[in-house]
Amino acid sequence: MTRSDGNAAYIAGMRPQDILLPAAAGLCCKPGGFHIDPVRPVERAVITHGHSDHARAGHGAVLATQETLDMMRLRYGENFAGSTQAIRYGEEIRLGDVRVKFHPAGHVLGSAQIAVTCKETCIVASGDYKDASDPTCTPFELVPCDVFITEATFGLPVFRHGDAADEVRKLLASVALFPERAHLVGAYSLGKAQRVIKLLRQAGYDAPIYLHGAMETITHYYQSRGIELGELRPVKGVKKAALAGTITLAPPSATSDLWTRRFPDPVTAFASGWMRVRARARQRGVELPLVISDHADWDGLTATIGATGAGEIWVTHGQEDALVHWCRSKGLKAQPLDLVGYGDEEESETPVQGEAEA
Amino acid sequence: MNRFAELLDRLAYEPGRNNKLRLITGYFREVGDPDRGYALAALTGALSFKHAKPALIRDLIASRTDEVLFGLSYDYVGDLSETVALMWPKRVVYDNQSLLGHPSPPPSPARGEGAQRGAAQQTRFKTDSSLASDGRTSPTVPSPLAGEGQGGGHSGRDPNESIHPSNHNNPPPPTLTEVVTTLRTLGKTELPKQLERWLDELDETGRWALLKLVTGALRIGISARLAKTAAAALGDKDPHEVELIWPGLIPPYLDLFAWLEGRADKPVNRDPAPFRPVMLAHAIEDADFAALDPADYIAEWKWDGIRVQAVAGRDERGHVTARLYSRTGEDITGSFPDLVPSLRLPGAIDGELLILREGRVQSFNVLQQRLNRKVVSPKLIKEFPIHLRAYDLLGDDENDLRELPFAERRERLESFIKKLDDPRIDLSPTVPFASWEALTAARADPASAGAGEDADAVEGVMLKRRDAPYLPGRPKGQWWKWKRDPHIIDAVLMYAQRGHGKRSSYYSDYTFGVWTAGEGGDELVPVGKAYFGFTDEELLQIDRFVRRNTTEKFGPVRHVVHEGDKGLVLEVAFEGLQRSPRHKSGVAMRFPRISRLRWDKPPKEADRLETLERMLKAEAAEIEV
Repeated sequence: MTRSDGNAAYIAGMRPQDILLPAAAGLCCKPGGFHIDPVRPVERAVITHGHSDHARAGHGAVLATQETLDMMRLRYGENFAGSTQAIRYGEEIRLGDVRVKFHPAGHVLGSAQIAVTCKETCIVASGDYKDASDPTCTPFELVPCDVFITEATFGLPVFRHGDAADEVRKLLASVALFPERAHLVGAYSLGKAQRVIKLLRQAGYDAPIYLHGAMETITHYYQSRGIELGELRPVKGVKKAALAGTITLAPPSATSDLWTRRFPDPVTAFASGWMRVRARARQRGVELPLVISDHADWDGLTATIGATGAGEIWVTHGQEDALVHWCRSKGLKAQPLDLVGYGDEEESETPVQGEAEA
Repeated sequence: MNRFAELLDRLAYEPGRNNKLRLITGYFREVGDPDRGYALAALTGALSFKHAKPALIRDLIASRTDEVLFGLSYDYVGDLSETVALMWPKRVVYDNQSLLGHPSPPPSPARGEGAQRGAAQQTRFKTDSSLASDGRTSPTVPSPLAGEGQGGGHSGRDPNESIHPSNHNNPPPPTLTEVVTTLRTLGKTELPKQLERWLDELDETGRWALLKLVTGALRIGISARLAKTAAAALGDKDPHEVELIWPGLIPPYLDLFAWLEGRADKPVNRDPAPFRPVMLAHAIEDADFAALDPADYIAEWKWDGIRVQAVAGRDERGHVTARLYSRTGEDITGSFPDLVPSLRLPGAIDGELLILREGRVQSFNVLQQRLNRKVVSPKLIKEFPIHLRAYDLLGDDENDLRELPFAERRERLESFIKKLDDPRIDLSPTVPFASWEALTAARADPASAGAGEDADAVEGVMLKRRDAPYLPGRPKGQWWKWKRDPHIIDAVLMYAQRGHGKRSSYYSDYTFGVWTAGEGGDELVPVGKAYFGFTDEELLQIDRFVRRNTTEKFGPVRHVVHEGDKGLVLEVAFEGLQRSPRHKSGVAMRFPRISRLRWDKPPKEADRLETLERMLKAEAAEIEV
């Protein structure tokens, strides 16, 4: 395959946009006869990960990792697709005129980057990814390529996420300071919640952790995949007084509604990359913002882009402008990719407009 | 500095008073001298150094970052200090060459080998040692899925990755003490370089706090009183005790903390004109009168002004120093320089700050023109002449009178004011009464009960026990306030917003309106907002009503049905009205609260804007001079 010099691809007679092109239904691979993460029902879908803005029901055939398929099944029911095919990290299969290979994206359990190679040209559609450590999923793998399609959820230099373990220590310090109050941690139910629980365990917290009903299915699935999360209890039915000094995980929308009245003087925390910006946290009435993100931060995005060796960068969902500007200032060919429909995982969980699960 | 920053950060999000106190007291307990003293000074506004201008901060960030990226970031964040704190890049030698020219890296770590390879080689040694001294090690728990995927992935952020600019590294960040003491002596030209150094050394929260501190814009919702209360809690002391000695203390308050921790005696207040914690009154209820004997009490008018303590004392050289304090002990002398020359007799007067024109007390609206002014111009002083109406004497020269019964202090006050003989300071008259009926009549009609032309500035009567000593705080049964009945209107609930903290799951902030003639007939115009006055039970009822009758949602705000025959009428009580160009209705209420829910009343029978405008007209002429 060619390296770093995008022009080599053109010499081989195949322009990248002949391989992958944005279409109404999502990123379309004509020579392969499939779409990546389509937002509308298509005949053949290749899916990066289980978040609902990327993994939707109703496709004819779905190719994804076993975990992603399992999570789609848990969310949408047995008949979420006409047929399914599981693929492992590192496994390569041929679809039409292209070869497709899955690589870990480090975003959530089962998340993958999809490398599409046609003739000599390799394009990596990274989906959502992060290069920071996460004990609940396989680490991000760098895939050298000619064209790198990157997300830009946190594509501004103000987003620098630091060590998630420090944020969890902040949470534990607050629990110690306010033993008579309950701590409610808003976290997206796929990936973030399990990561927070795991980080709490790694920080030495071994008390039972309580779960909002909406968290249970996916969390139990994580446990069934061998991820030790310690003792978890449903919060439903627990007496108010018994919740003093405890930690409960809930979908973000639940932490500011009627549901919170069952807790003694709750401290509202929210684990999200958006919490880096104070106005965002205040707008949501968050008292304890925890900067824990499932996406690469600015430094992660720029370091990854550089390291892929790709000469051309396509930037999608998020702050495209800043990242495209950065790429160009480094001499890379870059353009925003016009894709719609991403960034609304857990519909009801994202009251603030334009806020992806993060 | 980082620990102080952490405190500020947490305080900025915490809505509850008691929780704020816990956080601050926790900080004082955990952090040693002199840092905690400078923190207390920062929270009480007692630090003094020349503040940095925003333009300086902009220049600093411009020298470090790409202009376009800064612009986009600033647009997104909306706050200069925060934007700079978040995006401040480490002093790392980046590889500025085009990435295109490089051979592609081997398929492993994204960081440290690729884009920042050059930097990695130059900083690796330093980074590793700083990591160890930091005690920060990345958790190296093996992924449960390891082996499932194909090898070749890198395992999260390894130590090499601490070249990652968001990880802090050496040298150690400055302490708060270093920052404060350096800023005090630093020359203007040295400031940018120094700030840059600190920004390099601090973490994000530290940078944010530093920039807030140096630009003089902390704004985290902490009053000086709250910070002192938190300090007092450290030694289980009454906050009044701290207040009492406060004027004699200077940062970093080593003597204060030594006393609070039981390591030394209480510091002596050597201030010639110290503040004395004020005595407050309870609101009287109808049921209270039965147990009270009119003969035990002296009544005065309750003035609608600002409660102040005017203190004058002699320093070591015999010069008289005068100070004016708010009821919370804040020194407000600078706002009222025109009163200072009148405070020439050593003593401590408890009284009300008012505006007098031609011997007549003006309304609170007029007084308000003199409040919160940065510059007190001669014009302002001339047009809004300040006056002190005295009702108690806490000290007479060297003598502390607070142990004396009120009746005796009152006599001393009368002779003190007579001796002072100053047109700017007079005596608040007592209201003679023989029975509660007689006092009720006087309160209902102050003009004919002695207040005369000043009656408009009377907001009720005060009852003080003849034998009551002057006690700090709100002691039971000594002083009572019996306020004039508030103004009442019936308004219609228009919008509701979620509260904060404990109330974050309730719609507890209400915007209400009254009727006015619009283009298409009568329409409601918002006239105010209220978020208290109701009982817990009523809050539940309104919350339920809001949820069931929402017609639209705008973020946290709900549009609640408000039509002629559908909606909720709120009885709103308020203390006064002011003209306000900022409100669509043109009026703003003082101290509005929900006094009753009028489930029985259809919205179309609620009050009209004309009713409020009539109340305004009576006062308007007084402000426009």
